[in-house]
Amino acid sequence: MLEIDVRKSQGAFQLNATFEAPDGVTAVFGRSGSGKTTLVNAIAGLVTPDAGRIAVDGTVIFDASRRINLPPQKRRVGYVFQDARLFPHMTVYQNLTYGGRHDAERVIDILGLTQLLGRRPAGLSGGERQRVALGRALMCDPQVLLMDEPLAALDAQRKSEILPYFERLRDETRIPIVYVSHDVSEVARLATTVIVLDVGQVAVAGPVGQVLSRADVVPVIGTRAAGAVIVTKVAGRLLDDDLTELQFSGGRLVLPGQLGEIGQHVRVRIPAQDVILSRDVPGNMSALNVLPVTITQINPGRGPGVAVGLKAGDDHLLARVTRRSAGRMELAVGQQLYAIIKATAVGPQDIGT
Amino acid sequence: MIAGLGPQEWTVIALSIRVAVVAMIAALPVAVGVAYVLARKRFPGRQILNGIVHLPLVLPPVVTGYLLLVIFSKNAPVGAFLEATFGISFGFRWTGAALAAAVMAFPLMVRAIRLGIEAVDPGLEEAAATLGASRLRIFMTVTLPLITPSVLAGAVLGFAKALGEFGATITFVAAIPGQTQTIPSAIYGLLQVPGAEGAVLGLVIVAVILAMGALLLSEWLAQRAVRKVGR
Repeated sequence: MLEIDVRKSQGAFQLNATFEAPDGVTAVFGRSGSGKTTLVNAIAGLVTPDAGRIAVDGTVIFDASRRINLPPQKRRVGYVFQDARLFPHMTVYQNLTYGGRHDAERVIDILGLTQLLGRRPAGLSGGERQRVALGRALMCDPQVLLMDEPLAALDAQRKSEILPYFERLRDETRIPIVYVSHDVSEVARLATTVIVLDVGQVAVAGPVGQVLSRADVVPVIGTRAAGAVIVTKVAGRLLDDDLTELQFSGGRLVLPGQLGEIGQHVRVRIPAQDVILSRDVPGNMSALNVLPVTITQINPGRGPGVAVGLKAGDDHLLARVTRRSAGRMELAVGQQLYAIIKATAVGPQDIGT
Repeated sequence: MIAGLGPQEWTVIALSIRVAVVAMIAALPVAVGVAYVLARKRFPGRQILNGIVHLPLVLPPVVTGYLLLVIFSKNAPVGAFLEATFGISFGFRWTGAALAAAVMAFPLMVRAIRLGIEAVDPGLEEAAATLGASRLRIFMTVTLPLITPSVLAGAVLGFAKALGEFGATITFVAAIPGQTQTIPSAIYGLLQVPGAEGAVLGLVIVAVILAMGALLLSEWLAQRAVRKVGR
């Protein structure tokens, strides 16, 4: 576990972040300029906070009041930078083993690097570079892994190539991972815990399913990024129509494509703007998914939209409707109604394991 | 034309090469260190250090030679200390010529190397630090390999400058044949002697060949280094 309490002033900007990162992936989410990179640099020892304390599994690596400030070399923090920062004069293999060769064969295997070992960074694609950078960090046997927007420089195609490696890493190692991102799809797929930073302050923190489905988070993370994340289980395949049926506490969801074997867990992000609300059971219509839900929260934003928090079984959903619709439907907390989700609203980037 | 060169001239050439090579090799590590500090460290007095490093470039060489005389001659405090402690003396010996050449070449070397260090992304050094490498290891395995072309450029500039140094050398250690008489001071001396045009021309040609050779060698080494860096 990673305990973080960091204060740092940079000109007019103030970073003031206190949170705990349990094992698994802790996503630090926020807009650019919210202090995400400063925060991970402080954990790595590349930036010295003005005050605070940082501990990894109980080992203090920074404590301003006790004047403890381990140099980056001694922190055993693996850092994957946005721009990879591979050493241009070394081969992939030399880069990988620069800091150590912990579990080298397995890391090379998991990340699919065997074919690249003799190449130089200049000849690698962006995605290959990030995989090498990740392998290099892992071979140091880090106690914490920091990833600062590792996919931001890549196009959607490359992202979708790398994300499965990250999911495998999350599921097969026990290293706490701090994952900085401004892309909610990445966060939804990878994170176990989400920290939302807003102008240097922790706005919300908690398990991914709870944080991203809160109606009051919408103004902070942006309306397009808002959307609940639920964990489902594959219940069946509708082969004729190439659909997959997913079971969760609030009912069944039918989504396009083959999403996994029966019984497998699948994580789904349902964008708030693609959820339609209806007071009656809708009749003849194209949308495949109709779920009975209860309103838990109504949060008007600055614009014409209203964020509506919903409970479906034990899971939370989030819908975004216009202020006008909310008024006409007389939406109120505690009200029971139906959420309609188009099967095609959930894109492949929103589905993970 | 080279036939104009007698044994005396060959002595001059050999001494010049020795002086320039020793000056360059002795100054190079110091220049790399100073260039690194100027490029990467922020500390009070950095501009003063920068000024001192560049002083030989802007001072009249005769003044630099005079200052060397005041500091390093046998009777001066530093000179006396060095002779008593390490047995090194500079006064009117080839070592003095090398010292003068090194001091004059130093700012040029620092400038060339500093440009190279400033071009290296500090992010690479940070990455190496998070991978557990000590500062020394980072410098030896990341920074130094990446600045090799500019170190070579600095070395050649330094060598060429050392080979051509005249004012500070002649002021500090005079032009004693076989001791401190280098190619420039020999050419200057021979120009005062009637009928020595052949020897002058020979020395001039040798000077051109040495400078050109050094330049080509450094280009070749730098290209190899760039290829190795893979950019």
